Amino acid sequence: MAEVLVLVEHDNGVVKKVTGELLTAARALGEPSAVVLGAAGSAATASARLAEFGAEKIYAGESADIDGYVVAPKAEVLARLVRDLAPAAVLVAATSEGKEVAGRLAVKTESGLLTDVTSIDADGTAGQTIFAGGMLVKSRVRTGTPIYAVRPNAITAVPATGAASRQDIEVSVSDSARAATVTERVVEARGSRPELAEASIVVSGGRGVGSADNFKIIESLADSLGAAVGASRAATDSGFYPHQFQVGQTGKTVSPQLYVACGISGAIQHRAGMQTSKTIVAVNKDPEAPIFELADFGIVGDLFAVVPQATDEINRRKA
Amino acid sequence: MNIVVLVKQVPDSSSERTLHESDKTVDRDSASLVINEMDEYAIEEALKVKEAHGGEVTVLTMGPDKATESIRKALSMGPDKAVHVNDPALHGSCALVTSKVLAKALSTLEWDLVIAGAESTDGQVSALPAMLAERLGVAQLTGARKLTVEGSALTVERQTDDGYQVVQAATPAIVSVWDTINEPRYPSFKGIMQAKSKPVTTLTLADLGISPDEAGLGAATSEVVEAAPRPPKQAGVKIPDEGDGGVKLAEFLAAGKFV
Ligand SMILES: Cc1cc2nc3c(=O)[nH]c(=O)nc-3n(C[C@H](O)[C@H](O)[C@H](O)COP(=O)(O)OP(=O)(O)OC[C@H]3O[C@@H](n4cnc5c(N)ncnc54)[C@H](O)[C@@H]3O)c2cc1C
Repeated sequence: MAEVLVLVEHDNGVVKKVTGELLTAARALGEPSAVVLGAAGSAATASARLAEFGAEKIYAGESADIDGYVVAPKAEVLARLVRDLAPAAVLVAATSEGKEVAGRLAVKTESGLLTDVTSIDADGTAGQTIFAGGMLVKSRVRTGTPIYAVRPNAITAVPATGAASRQDIEVSVSDSARAATVTERVVEARGSRPELAEASIVVSGGRGVGSADNFKIIESLADSLGAAVGASRAATDSGFYPHQFQVGQTGKTVSPQLYVACGISGAIQHRAGMQTSKTIVAVNKDPEAPIFELADFGIVGDLFAVVPQATDEINRRKA
Repeated sequence: MNIVVLVKQVPDSSSERTLHESDKTVDRDSASLVINEMDEYAIEEALKVKEAHGGEVTVLTMGPDKATESIRKALSMGPDKAVHVNDPALHGSCALVTSKVLAKALSTLEWDLVIAGAESTDGQVSALPAMLAERLGVAQLTGARKLTVEGSALTVERQTDDGYQVVQAATPAIVSVWDTINEPRYPSFKGIMQAKSKPVTTLTLADLGISPDEAGLGAATSEVVEAAPRPPKQAGVKIPDEGDGGVKLAEFLAAGKFV
C-alpha cells in the first residue's frame, strides 16, 4: 500500500489531538507514516499515541535545529523524505505554521497544496470551506505529491493499530534555512483550560462583556462546561482578553461540538472562525444581532443575567 | 532601507463572494473590490520603517487591470511608487505559480525588506510569504505582531498558537504581519492627490521571462472540481429572557449532552 506522510503536531513529544485526525485522514489514501520533528526524545514520547492511530512507521528527526529556526528546517527534512520515499501524499495540520511548512514544501517539491482541508476522499479529492465558511468546494492536486493542510477538529479521529516502527532520519539544515533564528519562546498562559483550536466546547465573549474583569463570567461558564475560552476581536482589541484567544478570520478557526457566543454580534470576520461549529448558542441583548442567524439556540437578553444563571444551573445539575 | 510591500486586491470580505460558474476562479466582476485588509497593516509598517530609517517604499501587486484602483489607494497612504504585474495569462494562477511570478518580479527590484499581510481574505492559503522566502533564499520573519529594525538587524515577535516567539535575522528578509502590529493610517487628501502622479510600472510575463503556459489556470497545481454555497442553516430557536433565560440555556445544553 502507498505510504502517506503525516507531520506530527506535538509539544516535546506530547502529541496534539489534530495528529490523530491527520492519521485517520491519511488512512483513506494509504498507509500512514508519522514524521516527528523536534527536540531529542520527542519521538519516544510520541510513539504510543501514534501507534494508537495507525502509524505504521515513525520517522524521527531529532535536532535542536528544528525548533531553533523558523519553519525552514522542517520543510527541508520533509522535502528530503518526499524525494526518498515518493509518498502518495503529505498531510500537515492547517495551523499558521503548518501552512507555512506546507508552502515551502510545495515550492521545494513542485507540488500542489490544498489548505484548510476538512475531508479527504480515497481518490485524493479534498473538501475545503472558503470565503469564511460561506462556500464548500471539492478540490484536487494536479501536480507532484499532493500536500494537504487539514483543519483541526474537522475530521473525527478513529483509533487503529499501527506498528509504529521507528526509523531515525538525519537532520542536516542548510545555511539558508538558518536565516531566521528563534531566540525566545513566550507562552502566554491559558491555565488548565483546553487548547482553543482543539477544544470540543468553546465559550466566547465579545464587546458586550464590557471589561477584562467581567470576563470572569465567561470563564466561569467555560469552566462549568470544561470548555476553552474565546473572544471576539473587539474584546481582544479592547484588552478584555489576550489576543491569542481571538476567534475569527485573523484569530483562531475553531470547529467545536458546541460554541457559545456571549455579547458577540456575529460579524463576518468572527463567523469565519466559528461558522463550522456543530452547535451554536448565542446570548445577545439585540434581537437583530446577526449571530442569531447562525444560532441553533439563542437567548435575547442581558448576558450579565443569563450567563451567571446558566453557570449556576449547570453546576447544580453536575453536583 | 528599501522596502517592497505586497498588496493584493480581493473581493470585500463583508460582501457576498462567489466563484465563477465556468472556471471556478474567484469572481472579481460582481464583487466590490478592496485592498486585502491585512495588507493595509503591511503598508503602514513599511511607512513606519521608512519614516524611521529612510529609503523607498514600493507597492508590488499582481492582478488584472482593475487592480489599478487598489494600487492608487495603496499609494495614497504614502508609498513612493508601484509595480503592477499584469498579464491576461495569469488568470487563475494558484499560490505556487503566484509565488513564482512574485519572486521573479522581486528579483527585478532592489530591496532590503519585503513586507506582506499574513493572509488574504479570499484565498486564505496564508503560505505565500513562506513560499517567497523559500524561493528567494532569504529569512522568513512571518506572522509578526511587532517589528524592530536596527541597521540591518531585524527582530520580530512572531505570533504562535500559545503566545509568541522572538525571531532575529539580518536583511534581506520577508516579513508578514498580522493586524495586531499597528493601526493603519487613513490616506490624507494630499496623499490621494499625490497618488495620481506617482509612478506605476507594469510588468508582463514576457518582461519576467515566464512563458504563458507556466502560469494561469492551465498551469495551476491544484483545481476546484465542485463548488456550492454552504447549505443554509436550519433556523434555530430564539427566545427572550424572561428571568429564566439562563436556566433555559442550561436545559438546552443538558438536552444536547453537553452538561
Ligand atoms: C481585517 C479584519 C479582520 C478581522 N478579524 C476578526 C477576527 O478574527 N475575529 C473577530 O471577532 N472580529 C474580527 N474583525 C472585526 C469584526 O469586523 C467585528 O468588528 C468584531 O467581530 C466585533 O466584535 P463583537 O461582536 O464583540 O462586537 P460588536 O460588534 O460591538 O458586538 C457587541 C455585541 O454585544 C451585544 N451586547 C452588548 N452588551 C450586551 C449585554 N449586556 N448582554 C448581551 N449582549 C450585549 C450587542 O448587542 C452586540 O451585538 C475583523 C475585522 C477586520 C476589518
